[in-house]
Amino acid sequence: MDNNDDNINMYKSINYNGRIIKTTACNIYELSDELNVDRQNKVIIKNGYQTDENLKLSDGDIVTIIQKGVMPDKEQLKEMMRARHTPGVYDAVKDAKVAIMGLGGLGSNIAIMLARTGVGHLKLVDFDIVEPSNLNRQQYSIAQLGKRKTDALKEIINQINPFLDIKTEFVRVTEKNVLSITDGYDIVCEAFDKPDAKVMLTQCILSQTDKVLIAASGMAGIEDSNAVKTRKVTDRFYVCGDGMTEAKEGRGLMAPRVTICAAHQANAVLDVIIK
Amino acid sequence: MVKINGEEENLAGMNLAKCIEEHGYTTKWIVVEINEEIIPKEKYKDITIKDNDVIEVVSFVGGG
Repeated sequence: MDNNDDNINMYKSINYNGRIIKTTACNIYELSDELNVDRQNKVIIKNGYQTDENLKLSDGDIVTIIQKGVMPDKEQLKEMMRARHTPGVYDAVKDAKVAIMGLGGLGSNIAIMLARTGVGHLKLVDFDIVEPSNLNRQQYSIAQLGKRKTDALKEIINQINPFLDIKTEFVRVTEKNVLSITDGYDIVCEAFDKPDAKVMLTQCILSQTDKVLIAASGMAGIEDSNAVKTRKVTDRFYVCGDGMTEAKEGRGLMAPRVTICAAHQANAVLDVIIK
Repeated sequence: MVKINGEEENLAGMNLAKCIEEHGYTTKWIVVEINEEIIPKEKYKDITIKDNDVIEVVSFVGGG
């Protein structure tokens, strides 16, 4: 015990830009004044929420103040990105392991959304290369034409969130290799194009493993956005889509509905992880 | 009563393959679960639906 003991309760312990500091500040403005941080041209994030308000501070709060337009070093970048994740959600997703089977309109979008959310371990699986016909809905660019989708998507993700464990496998998924490909991943996203491949993956994962499968069916055309739904068939089987609108002659796959469906799948992944 | 995709129907005693056909599904592109257990396609013709079974039929269409 020392003489400062009486003052200890005045101090809050908060996480500021990734390090724990003690402060007497009662709100964000007092904190920035105390730290001599000018609030002009800054992004202020408190507990995952970006704000201009002078919010109250409590013990244990996480506060990040980012200078706009300045390239941070890698450690700072990591902290700044972490700050925008919703606490509780991020802690759960960073350890999650998700395999994405098929990297077309569904898979490329699912992977990028999960990477942005901070899902820590992703496996990207596809046997194809990037072609011009993919650009209408898949996340690739002209500069990536001819590349393996696995490599191209990993490249994109590394430009968005370089702090994730991304594994790839350039292979066509069959009944014979599906278990080894998905080994170690608790959640599997079915993001194939062909219905027979969708059925094969669903049958194998649900009957031969205890993994969760998040599949998709029906997202072609420009029909109603709200017809795309997440159907929870059982605790470990979700199907997203409208269940009926197949891609066919005269009704192709287009970015909006495919992306809506991919977002349903990505959000179902988060739902499974958090629960 | 039997539940099929959330709807109660009087299907007890019916053969699963016949039930699937009568509901208009194409066997090739569906996955069937009875009481949360996936049914292999080759067993559809051997299964008789029981009272209180909960059947989920998920049909897959192309696109992704």
